[in-house]
Amino acid sequence: MTADRSTIHESDLDIVAGNGLLHRRMFLTAGTAAAAAVASSALPNPAAADVLPVEPWMKVPGSGFVGYGQPSKYEDKVARIWNTAPGTTGTGAARTPLHLLDGMITPNGVHFERSHSGIPDINPDTHRLLIHGLVKRPLIFTLESLERYPRESRVAFLECGGNGQLLYQKEPAAVGVQAIHGLVSCAEWTGVRLSVLLQEAGVDPKAKWILAEGADAAGMSRSIPLAKTMDDALIALYQNGERVRPSNGYPMRLLLPGYEGNMNVKWLRRIKLTEGPTMTKDETSKYTITLPDGKSLQFVLPQEGKSVITRPSPGLTMKEPGLYEISGLAWSGYGKVTKVEVSADGGKSWAKAALQPPLLSKALTRFRIPWRWNGGPAVLQSRATDETGYVQPTREKMIATRGSRTIYHSNAITAWAISDKGEVKHVYA
Amino acid sequence: MSMRNALLIAASGLAVASAVTFAAESPNLGRAATPEEIASWDISIGPDGVGLPPGSGTSKQGEAVYAAKCTACHGEKGAGKPNDQLVGGQGTLSGDKPPVKTVGSFWPYATTVFDYVRRAMPHNESKSLTNDEVYAVVAYILNLNGIIADVDMMDARTLPAVKMPNRDGFVAFSRGK
Repeated sequence: MTADRSTIHESDLDIVAGNGLLHRRMFLTAGTAAAAAVASSALPNPAAADVLPVEPWMKVPGSGFVGYGQPSKYEDKVARIWNTAPGTTGTGAARTPLHLLDGMITPNGVHFERSHSGIPDINPDTHRLLIHGLVKRPLIFTLESLERYPRESRVAFLECGGNGQLLYQKEPAAVGVQAIHGLVSCAEWTGVRLSVLLQEAGVDPKAKWILAEGADAAGMSRSIPLAKTMDDALIALYQNGERVRPSNGYPMRLLLPGYEGNMNVKWLRRIKLTEGPTMTKDETSKYTITLPDGKSLQFVLPQEGKSVITRPSPGLTMKEPGLYEISGLAWSGYGKVTKVEVSADGGKSWAKAALQPPLLSKALTRFRIPWRWNGGPAVLQSRATDETGYVQPTREKMIATRGSRTIYHSNAITAWAISDKGEVKHVYA
Repeated sequence: MSMRNALLIAASGLAVASAVTFAAESPNLGRAATPEEIASWDISIGPDGVGLPPGSGTSKQGEAVYAAKCTACHGEKGAGKPNDQLVGGQGTLSGDKPPVKTVGSFWPYATTVFDYVRRAMPHNESKSLTNDEVYAVVAYILNLNGIIADVDMMDARTLPAVKMPNRDGFVAFSRGK
């Protein structure tokens, strides 16, 4: 295939769906040749008299070493945005700038954060993890003792149960991907299997649930099925290679791959094994899905299959017609993403996007597809399918199923409209 | 057992099946927790009320606690604003207008109110109320919602027996339904 494409010409680019979507392998296998072929015919000639400047930084030594590096000062727009409860500074949610990032991993400084009473300033030397309840031997662990346990790493997305809630609104919110879907992030988490600690404590056969509780001032707590904790739960100590950030649970958090973010209890101080769920505030009055008939779905645990286009998206204006890459993120709390389709004509036709390896279960998956924008109006959408065969629903279908009396677990297809001026805005399509 | 074997067993998902072997060959670096240590941290209260502490309070007593500690965020008589509304909203969960979810209209268990107030409220000084104050302020909120009477005393025996209006309003989720 690569050889075939070495002589590619603009007219040969495979149109695979309406309004200019091109074959997903066009970039991946023939990127250079294709781009060159297009470039030679499409790009304007530079002004003839320009020279390449020799900049000041090319002529004097740069700055010295620092202990902990920071991004370029020119990247200060790559930052979280947040909203807080009245009268508080740290009770609320800070959203990841998905439109300004690429790849599948979220840098720690911009990982999303949902906190219920600010970020506690925890001294790791005095922090304790208590495991008790229906166990043979209640145990207390220090951070130092946990550090001697075998560790493992797991790349996993975390998504707040309230992410995407703006899609339940009647009118499309005039905001971008960060405001709508910025409560999802993905990191490599490293820590100790919770099942190892539970086995040491000796699980009473009557135990079917655990209560996990944080050391923050809210004592944020959730009930979790014991089966999940024995399956793949981690006590995470590291996030992308460094200690878990304070905003994400320092010195230790629970990681439940695929499960609603709120259940991945930060600043973990206590695990109590119980027969049934404790019915905490955050699994009764919050994080439940109220249906049109007034009943509420409870214990909606894994996050559903979902995707969103991050580029282009609102705030990223397209300058001129031509070849672009449409790129975004897809994920499912039920396993791997197996397919992402993209539409440029408001859902009339769809083309398969390339999924960028590694394709990991319960992790963000980056997708990409080339697109020739003709300068006219377009509506971009993405639709994920996961390994269980689940297909991400349209907004219309999601609301037909669940109504719009909830703010949780919104996973509908998001649409971005491109105007003939290249401006991108959120629409319902 | 080597670290490598421990890792393999943990990763294989066979930890349950090999419980006895594993526990014996695990690092075992936790120390035993004493009943006193557990009692000082074990503040969660399930729907059966097990673990509710001694103490009691009435709505009348709770009114004073509420005025001093809660009104600034939750408004007069739980009317809400700037933060969550605690009273009213019954009958709003279905229909066309947005649901008004309060302790009275939505919370399925009175024990959860005790648990949450004791662990997380008041927002700026959580875990500062005495158990009597928590019982009293919970009684006040329940009374404002018309769920218990003025004279009803809330304690470890009476609180779990309170039947909340939306007690049967929840359905366990299963995918595809």
